[in-house]
Amino acid sequence: MKYKPRTFVLEVVMVAAAIAFLFPVYALVTLAFKDPGQIANKPLSLPDPPSVGSFGEAWQSASLGSALLNSTLITVSSVLVLIVLGSLAAYFLARTATRLGYTLYILFLVGIILPFQLGMIPLYQMVNDLGLLGTYQGMILFYTGIQLPFTVFLYTGFIRSLPADYTNAALIDGASHLQAFAHVIFPLLRPITGTVLILNAVHIWNDFFTPLLYLGGSGRETVPVRVFAFVNEYTSNYGLVAAGLVLAALPILLLFLVLQRYVIRGFASGLKG
Amino acid sequence: MTVTAQAVRRDAVKAPRRRGGGIAPPWLFAVPALLIYALVVLYPAFSGAGSAFTDWSGVGAQRSFVGLDNFQQLFHDDQALGALRNTLLLTVAIVVVQNGIGLLLALGVHTGIKSRMVLRVVFFAPVVVSPVMVSFLWKYVYNPAPDAGLNAALGAIGLGGLRQDWLGNPSIALWSVAFTVIWQCAGYSMVIFLAGLEGVPQELHESAMVDGAGTVARFRHITWPLLAPAVTINLMLSTVGGLTLFTQIIAMTNGGPGYATDTLSTVLYKQAFVFGKFGYSTAVALVLAIFVAAVSFIQIGYLRSRETAA
Repeated sequence: MKYKPRTFVLEVVMVAAAIAFLFPVYALVTLAFKDPGQIANKPLSLPDPPSVGSFGEAWQSASLGSALLNSTLITVSSVLVLIVLGSLAAYFLARTATRLGYTLYILFLVGIILPFQLGMIPLYQMVNDLGLLGTYQGMILFYTGIQLPFTVFLYTGFIRSLPADYTNAALIDGASHLQAFAHVIFPLLRPITGTVLILNAVHIWNDFFTPLLYLGGSGRETVPVRVFAFVNEYTSNYGLVAAGLVLAALPILLLFLVLQRYVIRGFASGLKG
Repeated sequence: MTVTAQAVRRDAVKAPRRRGGGIAPPWLFAVPALLIYALVVLYPAFSGAGSAFTDWSGVGAQRSFVGLDNFQQLFHDDQALGALRNTLLLTVAIVVVQNGIGLLLALGVHTGIKSRMVLRVVFFAPVVVSPVMVSFLWKYVYNPAPDAGLNAALGAIGLGGLRQDWLGNPSIALWSVAFTVIWQCAGYSMVIFLAGLEGVPQELHESAMVDGAGTVARFRHITWPLLAPAVTINLMLSTVGGLTLFTQIIAMTNGGPGYATDTLSTVLYKQAFVFGKFGYSTAVALVLAIFVAAVSFIQIGYLRSRETAA
């Protein structure tokens, strides 16, 4: 494609759209670097001089350090369990020719369109009865169950498109099904495992409602839950709230910038099946 | 004979997309996933659907069957009906505007402009941030004070007359919330449309240009039909997202002012956890579930037919 005058006009329009799009981010970030006097006098100017005091205070008040640890622990564990259980189940569902296998596959697909609100209250009761409220295990169990349909769907579609010759050869050589899966199939699943990992990790990291319900007041709150409590507590202290929001959003944004190609590809391809 | 018949039947059951035959692993492979799925999703969903016909308070086992009382109450409850109306309005606004903007952005960055890679990253970035944080960001932007956020920006560019109490005015609040969702998710629609655009063969455009087709004609007759799968995915994602919208409302308005921004999700949450009416709450959830399922089926059916027609 040649760079014509028309292309230049489009470039200007698109960059202007991006600047307008980023206005809220500009407002928030500048706010975080201002002291209260600057906020009152010049709401939209650049901070002059920039002050970083709000950041330390926000980090402390929102207990962001431990929230990041909680979020990391829950996200990493849930995604690992999802990858292992989801790919194993999908391997069976993709290779079986029985009616049972087909029925199970459909049963998993139902879970994709079933809104979780329907089972929300009985599930809350059950987690409570099992003594899992306020625990990491409860959250990991929840995310594994809720995200399994989608994970199984992605893996099954991918495994169906793989030729079966490799595993057949391994099985004939005397490997067990589990060995054949671990050494032959699973490595072939790398591209879809990447998609599964990214989509599940972003969803679990950012989820708000269930951790609020299950972890509220336990000391094991994830980042969104801590931020929610923090903002509601310091609601009129704009500089502090802005600093807290910037800090809380930074880890996932940095990770996104580093892995942007994979993340965008994962989101764009994940739902095509 | 029996062998052949069995082989034919097995082939019929097999998914058509399968390439190799392959020896199936034992069904035990699916058991751990199935158990957790049944425990966390299936059992609670059925149990929830069942308690929609009871007066269960959520505490203890005491519940009695009340038939369709909860549903009758729902259709005579102004708050629930208002929430239903809000949910539908929000969904329509989000589906139309988010996908419209997403498509324009995708068409814009799927060109020879130099900033195209940077712009993709910029427009997509909000998708990876928690909706809670995006909501609080916009809550500041919507600050009712004349010298903060959006109002200050409007004043700075000489449009001070447009200043609003964006979240406090009952006739605007719903659209302010919708716009926050659109701002966060337009980049998601964009990357799905982009993946579709990248699948349109360049030769088709070239030969159409030779035949004298303009930009609009080429979009209508080449790009748009081939975008059908991307349109399907985007419509489904944004519809289900709009119907089940919860976090942004709780973080920005908590359903207010009054009930002006309550949705089915926030009403069922309040009925259950604020008022302890679990039976009634699950009735609202069941209505929501039926909406989501119905919309999914209609969309899949309609868009499938469009895909094959194209």
